[in-house]
Amino acid sequence: MELLERFAAGDLEAFETLFREHQKEVYAWTVRIVRDHGIAEDLTLETFWRIYHYRSRFHPDGNFRAWARRIATNAALDYLKKARRETELPEDLAGPAAADPAVCREARQQIKQAFFQLPPKYRLVATLALIEEEPYNDIAEAMGISPALVKMRVFRAIRILRKKLSSLVPEVATK
Amino acid sequence: MNNEKDSKEIKALLSAAIAPIKDTALRRDLWPQMLCKLDEQPLPVSQIPWFDWALAAVFSAALFFFPGTIPALLYHL
Repeated sequence: MELLERFAAGDLEAFETLFREHQKEVYAWTVRIVRDHGIAEDLTLETFWRIYHYRSRFHPDGNFRAWARRIATNAALDYLKKARRETELPEDLAGPAAADPAVCREARQQIKQAFFQLPPKYRLVATLALIEEEPYNDIAEAMGISPALVKMRVFRAIRILRKKLSSLVPEVATK
Repeated sequence: MNNEKDSKEIKALLSAAIAPIKDTALRRDLWPQMLCKLDEQPLPVSQIPWFDWALAAVFSAALFFFPGTIPALLYHL
């Protein structure tokens, strides 16, 4: 019996093999969305818990990697929805050292604030498309939506940011 | 065109404040934690969402109170 068939049938050893094969990739995808190592580890566990939970829905001929990435994206989106209620600004992993020194600390803080206040589904696509520069097709596949919808969400995120950051980019905001 | 320009300007602002994550490496094997999580959080007995149960209840009630709709429903099935 193939590995994926055994996994779909509930074999824990097959699940362990898949976990060890894919945990790094799921983690790497998640940390780029949530931007925190500890939270990304928790979400990686949550992703694989959901994978094991819904194993009967997985077709052994299907693409496990793509399925895992979609579940990871949903888990990260659920986290962003919950975390949005917290008013405190999250500490970004890349940190101020990685940011542009030409932009003053206050402006950076303002940009971060505006970004982290985006509605979760816009923040997710904006993070992946504008910061991490992931192709629209990959984001669409991970979210289970069309590339056109990803493009629309990026556009809406930009529109929200443009309004919020009007003092930093007045020429853009007046359009 | 304007949209493209806006996009570039906002993208420039964002990259000035929030850099892409470079360190995406997982630092430890999470399998032991996974085993604990599987033990702590057993699978729920019912996997059917409450909304489906509510829908089924409404549908059953409708059939009970308006039995005349049953032949019409059977006809359309």
